[in-house]
Amino acid sequence: MLNITNLHAAVDDKPILKGLSLSVNAGEVHAIMGPNGAGKSTLGYVLGGREGYEVTDGTVTFDGKDLLDMAADERAAAGLFLGFQYPVEIPGVSNVQFLRTAMNAQRRARGEVEISAGDFLRLSRAQADALGISMDMMKRPVNVGFSGGEKKRNEMVQMGILDPKLAVLDETDSGLDIDALRVVGEGINRIMRKPDKAVLLITHYQRLLDIVQPDFVHVLAGGRIVRSGGPELAHELEREGYGAIAA
Amino acid sequence: MSDVRNREAQEAAERAATYEWGFTSDIEQEFAPKGLSEDTVRFISAKKNEPEWMLEWRLKAYAKWLEMRAPDWAKLNVPPIDYQDAYYYAAPKKKPELKSLDELDPEIRRTYEKLGIPIEEQKVLAGVEGARKVAVDAVFDSVSVATTFREELKKAGVIFLSISEAIREYPELVKKWLGRVVPIHDNYFATLNSAVFSDGTFVYIPEGVRCPMELSTYFRINAANTGQFERTLIVADKGSYVSYLEGCTAPMRDENQLHAAVVELVALDDAEIKYSTVQNWYPGDAEGKGGIYNFVTKRALCQGRNSKVSWTQVETGSAITWKYPSCVLAGENSVGEFYSVALTNNRQQADTGTKMIHLGRNSRSTIVSKGISAGRSDNTYRGLVRVGPTAENVRNFTQCDSLLLGDQCGAHTVPYIEVRNPSAQIEHEATTSKISEDQLFYAMSRGLSQEDAVALIVNGFAREVLQQLPMEFAVEAQKLLGISLEGSVG
Repeated sequence: MLNITNLHAAVDDKPILKGLSLSVNAGEVHAIMGPNGAGKSTLGYVLGGREGYEVTDGTVTFDGKDLLDMAADERAAAGLFLGFQYPVEIPGVSNVQFLRTAMNAQRRARGEVEISAGDFLRLSRAQADALGISMDMMKRPVNVGFSGGEKKRNEMVQMGILDPKLAVLDETDSGLDIDALRVVGEGINRIMRKPDKAVLLITHYQRLLDIVQPDFVHVLAGGRIVRSGGPELAHELEREGYGAIAA
Repeated sequence: MSDVRNREAQEAAERAATYEWGFTSDIEQEFAPKGLSEDTVRFISAKKNEPEWMLEWRLKAYAKWLEMRAPDWAKLNVPPIDYQDAYYYAAPKKKPELKSLDELDPEIRRTYEKLGIPIEEQKVLAGVEGARKVAVDAVFDSVSVATTFREELKKAGVIFLSISEAIREYPELVKKWLGRVVPIHDNYFATLNSAVFSDGTFVYIPEGVRCPMELSTYFRINAANTGQFERTLIVADKGSYVSYLEGCTAPMRDENQLHAAVVELVALDDAEIKYSTVQNWYPGDAEGKGGIYNFVTKRALCQGRNSKVSWTQVETGSAITWKYPSCVLAGENSVGEFYSVALTNNRQQADTGTKMIHLGRNSRSTIVSKGISAGRSDNTYRGLVRVGPTAENVRNFTQCDSLLLGDQCGAHTVPYIEVRNPSAQIEHEATTSKISEDQLFYAMSRGLSQEDAVALIVNGFAREVLQQLPMEFAVEAQKLLGISLEGSVG
């Protein structure tokens, strides 16, 4: 589904990613772990198509198409979802309005008919319920006045509604207490643990991986993947720290 | 990525180069002679079969105007205007007496259709039980050519006419109120309007009547070099209510065109007037060539106890906007409101705001101004809150927010507060922010195109004001904000 080959990327002319390669197939969950400054968030932004994250070498294909040639919104329409470490506030625009506009933009881009107001409301109610977000919150402006945990749960509601093929989740577990972590983790499993979907989980910690069990774990350090393995690698990291492995 | 951006930039440039509604319809015009003189004033008055008193009123204004100078205190760069190099009167040649819209000049009909003004739709809608009815006194250039729903309004006792007709048919009412709120010597542009106003609208709501439909007028400039001088007078008698909608679009023109309208509102005891405007005159091209000069005087007199006037405006057009819809709160417990979105892009300049003049006890006012600046434009909020010495317990709340897109535009807030009574409570809040990369990327990562993302964020910023608009206008205004910002980011 996702093929990253020898990816080099720079921010403000400073190289961050230096030859990263990774393949993700449908039905798989991959965890990317690594120390601060390793380039984890940069990877998320490069895949999402953020301006200012300049790809200097390498290729990325998504379902066989050149991902790097697409604008951020085209990537979303193609089925890529980026979960933000710090979800952004949009004053004056309700969650419902935001998501319905986004969903219909994606549908139009794919040549599909737009979703009716009624169907959208039913869909968003179901997804919000599953993540403990009230419809009242869905009608409030996007992320405005939400707690850290609410923002992260709201990201999962968005993911549930938009129903992507591939989710790239950047530290979705940060700032969550134990209960919220469980809700979010189970949300990821419910929405994305399917044979035709895949997840790239960017995280510092083992604790989310106890709930969303990865098929593969990769250690990102110095802008490259320095080690890959199965779920046991995450435990090894938790025990021994990045220093030993990334060295 | 760079190919994608280049393509987007090129498309945006092409869109910006063609003003969506910039076309000219070909209708025979009967012009007043070019230039401005006493003869021009007499020509206009004669064309409209006006009574002698009206001609004298105009001539008095003209004589006064000759002694006046254009104001220069606004933060605007106004090129010199040659008042002799313009026509002051243009009207469709044969003014038809229409029984229905079917009799309207097909060319005019097509023009309306291109603009998306749904006159026919409105007629159909009006036939649907329960649907709100919208009466359209369609002003084509300077003369009203079609008036609908007049019968139904007549039943309610509402007078809704072009001002020329009102001068002939209700001279006493017009004489009593015309120039009461904006006197003929008020300011340079209002005085010019008083001398040469070509047409406009007159509304009178009798005592205790709630106007059965929202009244709307569409203004449109259509003749090259023709100044548009509209005159609107709305009088709401005791205990009455009216909601009035005004919207404008104008065709593409190279020459600058002067638009100096005057709107006067009068609210008597317990009366309420809601006046909503969506202004989309041609703004000029990306380099600032062409575009309308919009120098407008709008003022309301809340004369009666418990009277209320609410101004809502969405200003996206014109090369230069000079406009301060104001309220003179003379009545006890009277209420004035001003909700404004002013959007400037490219080389547009706007200096707009309000004046709340508190004279009555317990009078209250609310000001919410949202300025959006993009491109190389300049956008100024200028507002006065004045409390007279005998006005006890006055309250005012003012909120001015500015949103900047890019780093070459300007946003300015100039509040004036003059309080002569210590019991007054005046609050002023102001913010300035930039549309952030974070917000844009977040919205795009959910599937919105860059332009849709900008439109969504800007609409969110302006929400408090947009939700004051009647439903028909709110949708149009939301679209307009997005269209007006196309090509302004990225």
